[in-house]
Order: sequence, then structure tokens, then C-alpha cells
Amino acid sequence: MVTEAISVQSLSKLYATRDGGVAALEQISFAIDEGEFVAVVGPSGCGKSTLLKILSGLLAPSGGSASLRGTPIAGPRRDIGVVFQAPVLFPWRTVLDNVLLPIDVQGLGRDRFMAAAMDLLALVGLREFERRYPWELSGGMQQRVAITRALIHDPAMLLMDEPFGALDAMTREHMNLELQRIWMERKKTVFFITHSIPEAVFLADRVLVMTPRPGRIVDDLRVKLGRPRPLDAMTTPEFGEYTRHIRALFNVKGGLDA
Amino acid sequence: MRNAKNIGLSALLFCASIAAWEAVVRGFEIPAFILPPPSQVTLALWRGFASGLYLQHLGHTLLETMLGFIAGSALGLILGTMVAMSRPVEFFLYPYIVMFQSLPKVALAPLIVVWFGLGLTSKVINAALIAFFPLLVNTMVGLRSADEERVSLMRSLAASERQIFWMLRLPNALPFVMAGLDVAMIFALIGAIVAEFVGAQKGLGMLIQSMNFNMDVSGQFSILLILSVVGLLLNRGVMMIRKRVLFWDPSEKERAEQERVSA
Repeated sequence: MVTEAISVQSLSKLYATRDGGVAALEQISFAIDEGEFVAVVGPSGCGKSTLLKILSGLLAPSGGSASLRGTPIAGPRRDIGVVFQAPVLFPWRTVLDNVLLPIDVQGLGRDRFMAAAMDLLALVGLREFERRYPWELSGGMQQRVAITRALIHDPAMLLMDEPFGALDAMTREHMNLELQRIWMERKKTVFFITHSIPEAVFLADRVLVMTPRPGRIVDDLRVKLGRPRPLDAMTTPEFGEYTRHIRALFNVKGGLDA
Repeated sequence: MRNAKNIGLSALLFCASIAAWEAVVRGFEIPAFILPPPSQVTLALWRGFASGLYLQHLGHTLLETMLGFIAGSALGLILGTMVAMSRPVEFFLYPYIVMFQSLPKVALAPLIVVWFGLGLTSKVINAALIAFFPLLVNTMVGLRSADEERVSLMRSLAASERQIFWMLRLPNALPFVMAGLDVAMIFALIGAIVAEFVGAQKGLGMLIQSMNFNMDVSGQFSILLILSVVGLLLNRGVMMIRKRVLFWDPSEKERAEQERVSA
């Protein structure tokens, strides 16, 4: 039986400003199944990052509730892995030490996780780089270290906030393939935020479409493309159908750059 | 820049200016108590070292400087951490620290000598007082400059404030702290010399003072030479430590890169 990993109920977030408040999120409700890959796509300012901050426990909602595996999210939790847009590595730690940061913070004991760390580094193709320092790696490699770090403590859910947004187009496509491969191997629940429609369709089982002011979900689209999806999948008519459909939603709501 | 030709050129320039100095002093018959020729300064330097006089006083000044540097840096590090990490401490204490800093501390030296005597203590305290401020400010700025995203990452891992301090803020502050140490080292030397001027029984500052009374200008020049070399060596020492500690710092890397490019 498929269980719910995340359940979000009429979630809202109001930011106080000088002239009243701005509704960053309004009445957001959705659920994510265990092992599902869900992408959220929307223009900047649609509240998707706010949503991720609430799910990671960094921000408290103004109303509604979010829960992970049945327990409400009320502050940072140890069973979540987060990947930010920047790799956010610590330059004074080696690749391996960066990956083991969650283990150090949570006092889980490095010895028990050393093998797991090496396995994960092999999985993301960084096997020989564990003794290197972040500045010796390319941007794509740094982001792979960040993904490894998010997975090391075997979290129930992976939250990704435009993780490939800062990479060049070629590296980005490569990272999309890598992420698909990692996900298929580890079967984690992934909550993936992006402003790229093709990226969302390519990666996700489901795409939540968000529009701004106030931030709300206007569509919940199931992507029925087989896996593993090769990059060529992006040129198929079915793929085009999905992206066209999503783009049309934004055009109705006032364009992508709103 | 650092090739054989340029090093030779630099040495040539040095010799030429020393020769010019010597020639001007002899040619215009400038009296030695106004401007001594380099030959006499060298002679004074040699005599001072041969008799063991300089080494003894140099050792004393170095001891004062190092003790003052260590005490001042430790104080700056601790106070800086307290001010950076605690709003109440910042609110109640920081205005006084700034007031104290805007005071020309050279003017404090006479008082400190009166309070703590002509011996080692007053020199160490004066050196420490001058050395501590750059450490304080740099520690403060360094601890507060932790990248917001890195703090978010630590928080998302449910790290405690104590863990964020030890695992993120402190290593992040190290480049700032090292820059502060750089300045503090030279400041400590200045503090020790100034306090020796005011009143001391030993030390290079005291020696300069007594030579001044005896119109021994060559001697004073020779000690100024020693002090500038000591300052340079102390600075190099701190730089070497910095390179070891901050091997991961990108700005440190840039510095090394530039040195290599210009080499």
C-alpha cells in the first residue's frame, strides 16, 4: 500500500509589509506519496521557496498545517535532506567531511556512516574526490556533493530548491539525468522546486504548477512518461504536450515573468 | 617580478642609495649628530651586537611584544566573540570599547607605567591594550559574516546554536581573525616600544631614549634598523601561520595565484 509522505492542508503564509501583508502562499493543499518525485514549477515570487522553507521547518506557516509521515512539521527535523540553489559547502571541509556534516551535527557517529558516504560518492561519480576541497571541484561536482550530503543520513524526504538553477545548460541536463538515476536507485520522496518547465516535466512523476500573488497551486499534473527517461524524451510530442499545457497556464495567469 | 635580473637590479638600487647617502653626508660635511653616514650606522650596529648589548635588549623587547600580543589577542578574541554573539553585551559594553579605542593609547602609556612600574608588566599591558582592538573588531565582523545560506543549512539539520558557532561561525571567522593578528603583531611591538620610552630599565625603546640623551644618533639609527627588521620578521611569521590555517580560503588562493602570475 502506498503511504503518504507529505500532507499539506490549506497552508498559507503572510509576510508583513509596510502597507499591510503580502500573501506568499494561500490555501495550499496537496499530498505526496512515499517515493514520489514531485516538482513544483512557477515564476519567481510565486511562493515556491516559501513553501520549501515551511516544509524544511525553517519557517512557520501563518495558517494550515504540513506534516511528514504523519507528524506535523514544527521546526527543523532530522529526517529531511535539503539541497539549495548554491551547493553551500564548507570550504574548510574536504568533500568527505562536507558529506558527513549531517552526521557530525546529529552526533550519529562517523564510523557507522563512512561506508554509506563512500557508496553515495560513488553513486554520484565522485569516488576519487573524497579528499579534495570544494574549490577544487566544478560547479556541477559541488552540487553533487550537496546532494550526497542531503542523502547521507537517509532522510525520509529530499527537498530541492532550484538545485541546478546556477549551472550552465549542458551541465544542467547532465545533472537531471544523474538525479533521475540516483532517485531510481534510492527511491526517496523528492520535492523539487524549479522555474524550468522542461526540467519539471523531465524529472517528475507529478508537477504542481504555482502562480504568484497570491501563491497558489493552479494545476496538479501527472507526467506519464516511462523511466528511465533519456534526454531525447524532451523532443517527443508527449513531452511537448505537457510543457505546452503548463506554459498555457502561466500565459492565462499573466505570463512567466510576472 | 621575481627573476634574477630584477633581484640584481633591486640590489643595485639599494647599494646606489646607500652610496649616495654616504656621499651626501661626507660631501656636505653634515655632522653625525644630525645625520650619520651609513658606515657609522653599520659600525654602531656591529659594536652593539658584538658587545651583546643589543641582543639582551632585543630579547627583552621581543618578550614584552610576544606576551602583549598573546594577551591582547586573547582578550580581543574573547571580547569580540562575546560582543558578536550576545546582544546585551553589545548594547552595554560596546560603546565603552569604542570610546576606549578612539582614545590615543600612546597617551595612556605614562599612566600605565605609573600603575604597573618600570618592569615587564607595564610594557606587556601597554602592548596588549594596543593589540587587542584589531582582534576584537575582526572577530566580531568575522563571526557575524557567516553566509545566511550556510546558517540555513545548519538550521535545516536541526543544529544547535552552539554547533552553528563551532562548526560554522568560528571557522568562517578565521580569515578575519588572521588579518587581525597580522595588525595586532605590529601594534604590540609599537605598544612595547612606547611604554619603554616612558620609563623602563631594559629594552630597545629604552636604549633609543638613552642614546638620544647622549646624542648618539648613529646608535639610534642602528636600532631603528633592528626594529624594522624585527617588525618585518614578526609579520612574516604571522603570514606563515595564516597560510597554514587558511589553506582553504579562496582569497588566500587568489593571493598565491597572483604571486605566481607575477613571478
